Formats: sequence, C-alpha cells, structure tokens
Amino acid sequence: MTTGTFTVKRGLADMLRGGVIMDVVNAEQAVVAEDAGAVAVMALERVPADIRRDGGVARMSDPLLIEGIQHAVTIPVMAKARIGHFAEAQVLQSLGVDFVDESEVLTPADEAHHIDKWAFTVPFVCGATNLGEALRRISEGAAMIRSKGEAGTGNIVEAVRHLRSILGSLRAVGQADAAELYGWAKELQAPVGLVQEIAATGRLPVPLFCAGGIATPSDAALVMQLGAEAVFVGSGIFKSGDPARMASAVVEATAHFEDADHVAKVSRGLGEAMRGLEGAAVGERLADRGW
Amino acid sequence: MVAGSVGRPLVGVLALQGDVREHVAALADVGCRSRLVKRVGDLAGVDGLVLPGGESTTLSMLLESTGLFDAVAGLLGDGLPVLGTCAGLVLLASEVLDGRPDQRCFGALAAVVRRNGYGRQQQSFEAEVGLGVGFGDGFGDGPADLPAALPAVFIRAPVIVSVGDEVDVLASLEGVPVLVRQGPVLASAFHPELTADRRVHGLFAGMCGAGAGAGAG
Repeated sequence: MTTGTFTVKRGLADMLRGGVIMDVVNAEQAVVAEDAGAVAVMALERVPADIRRDGGVARMSDPLLIEGIQHAVTIPVMAKARIGHFAEAQVLQSLGVDFVDESEVLTPADEAHHIDKWAFTVPFVCGATNLGEALRRISEGAAMIRSKGEAGTGNIVEAVRHLRSILGSLRAVGQADAAELYGWAKELQAPVGLVQEIAATGRLPVPLFCAGGIATPSDAALVMQLGAEAVFVGSGIFKSGDPARMASAVVEATAHFEDADHVAKVSRGLGEAMRGLEGAAVGERLADRGW
Repeated sequence: MVAGSVGRPLVGVLALQGDVREHVAALADVGCRSRLVKRVGDLAGVDGLVLPGGESTTLSMLLESTGLFDAVAGLLGDGLPVLGTCAGLVLLASEVLDGRPDQRCFGALAAVVRRNGYGRQQQSFEAEVGLGVGFGDGFGDGPADLPAALPAVFIRAPVIVSVGDEVDVLASLEGVPVLVRQGPVLASAFHPELTADRRVHGLFAGMCGAGAGAGAG
C-alpha cells in the first residue's frame, strides 16, 4: 500500500468535481456548509472579505480551530498556508488536513518561491491567473488549480478573466504544431513537457476549479459553463443574508449549471448576496501575489 | 433495444457530482454507450447505471432534491444492473457507519460500510488487490487459475465492514472485501475508473447485456 502518490492526490481533486467548497471560520459554519451539500470546507480564521477589511498580516489558522472543524464534519477539510511558507504546510499536514491551499489570500512568506509540493503527502491546490502560472504550480506538485479571481470582493469579473485566459490559452496550445510548442513553453515560462501534454490532451493534467468572487447561484453557473470543474465560495456564503439557503442554492446551481430553469428556481427569494467591492474600492489585488 | 444497439448497452452515469468523465471513458472502452443522468427523465431506457465516486453526503442530497432517489430505488428494486464505486458503494449499502444521520442509501447491497473507514486523505493509497474465488465468471482474461491482481486506488475510501451471505466477494485486500457482487449489484471501495485496467467495467458491461466480443478494445 502506497500513500501520498500523485494519483491519490489528484484522485481527491477528481472526487470533488462538480461540487462546492465553502470557506468556514468555525464549527457551526462548517455544519451549515455540510448540511447544504458542500463537498469540502476550507477552514480559516477570517473570510477574505474580513482579511481585506481588517488588514494586517494574514497567516495560517490556529490548529485548534482547524481540529474543531475536522471534528464537526465528515467531508474533507482544507486549510490555507502562506505562499512559500512550507513550515505552515508541514503543520497542516501534521494536523491531517485533506488539502492545503497555498493561497494568495494570506500574506506571502516568500517573494520568489512557492512551496515544493512534491515533498508532501498531503495534496495542494494553488491559484493561477493564466496558463503559465497554472503549469508552474503543477510542475511544483499542485494536484488542483483554481482561478485566483479577486477574493473577498464578491465580484466575479476577475475569476472570469482568469478562467478565460487559462482555457483560451489551452485551446490555442491545442492548435499549435510540434515546433511551436517550444515557443509556447518559452512564452508561458512553463516546462515544455507539460506544454506537450496539454497540447495532446486538451486539458490541464489536474482539475481546474474556480475561486475568487462567486456570490450567487448564477455566478456558479457562469463559471461552470465557462469550463470550471467545481467552485470555491469564500465570503459569498456567510456574508449573505441567509447563509444556509445561499449555500444550498449554490450547490444546486453548480450541479445543474446548464439548467437555467433550475438555477432560476433556487435563486428565487434568496435575500441579499454579499455587498461586494468594485473597481478602485478593491484596494490591493491579491491576485498579483504569486510568481 | 433498437437495431444497431444490440450488444452495446446504454448505461446511465449519475452526473450530479464526482468523477463522471472517467466512468464514461471506461464504459466506452468496454463497448457501452453512456448517458449522463441529472434528472429523472434521463433514466428512461437505460440498461444499467453507474454511481460514481464523489462525496456521498452531497450525492445523497442532490439525489433527493432531483427526485432521482426514488426513481433509482425503483429501478434497483426491478433488478437494473448497477455499478457503485467508493461513494457509489456507500449509496448502495444497507447500512452506513460514520455517515450523516440524514444520509440515505438504497440498501440494494447487503453490506455494512464505514464511511472514510480507511482514514482521511493522507491515508489514501494505491495497492494491488487480490481477486477472490468469486471472480471466475467475469475476470476470465487472466490465466485460468491465477488472474492478475487488480491495481486499485483508494481515496478516503469506505471500508466494507460485513456482507450478507448472498454477497460474493470478488476481490479483497488484507482479508477485507473491496469488490463485491450481489446479483445485478456490483460495488467497489476503490476507483476502477481511475486506472487503465478495465476488468471491473468489463464485468459490468456483461451484466448490462454487452454482447460477446463487444468488450474488445
């Protein structure tokens, strides 16, 4: 029996496809998320909207909080480490979390290097804004890629930009001939082996999920139709007027993303979505973190 | 069955959440057509059904909200062939330990399973599983007396704690059943759709009425 292989890391990412992963800050919220049909929860001390509002250095969560959430639910529990902070990731692995998110939502710990994710048995998800960034993270061992979007804004525009960029470049690489793939590798600043692989298969070697700005069931349906394979919802659930109903509605809309009648049904009378931030009010772009 | 589809069964793949695409590809490899099942109408005319890997609590809720739970339960009661892998096994079991209290299962398989019984993700593993005496009818492509072990991927997998007398154990790992069959019900704790070995899907294709020779490729 062999644990920690790339097959089992990627395998869990595959099992989460078509589902919704929700940010939760305590055990009570984790139970609400599980009750609504979340496939996993992301345990953290503050949702991105509050990190943005409060400022200061954002770090890995207290192990006590993560353990409380692990005990409260039966679904997978993820947690965030700072970019490049492999010691935080080691602690999360020691806690037995199911996935580590090396996340730009926390304050980066290393301005040049991401974590060497091959050194871990726990799988990692990393954010990306374009195909080159996605392939660099995969070459470092990431078993799942998510769009960065712009966390904590409730504005889907950045996630759409990132998904269109990643998927559009994938389609373009698929049209390239063998010689042009070397040029693509140079342009993407990514290993040529990975570029050749995506050219042959037409998809990333790991699942592509969407994160950063999903606030409504229609947002989820939009990104799933664009080609995301599952969605992360951060502030969008617990900053809404009725979190339990919003959570359930986003789960339904993600599963039935091509069925507008169904999305309409679950969207009716949901109450207020998170208020959100737009344009200059966003302040520092978290998506610019990561290299 | 309409002309032209003889020997190529139409298998529904529950497509509410989970690793649906891998099952569709595996079914194509063993000569089956497939149809994604997201609502009750999608079940019309299927010769078999696959319950994929995913999160069983999520699948259980979405089965309820779509009305698919009762529709599938009815078809399973009528003897529709079904393949459940991992979460699909949990859904087919007669009793689930360590699940959610409101988690529903079809009870089509006389088995008690413990959800995530092998542990959390860091205990997820790959292994070669030995094929038991029950493999005979379905796994005939190995040497007659000693079929090759089956490569298997276990992801936060359920443990089959016990099975009824009516259940055949087709494969086991360290004495614990991991692939079982009860008449038209085939279920595994691991994910045959994640490996290139097609013997489990091949067996299921036969249960769904795939014609002799149709499984080639």
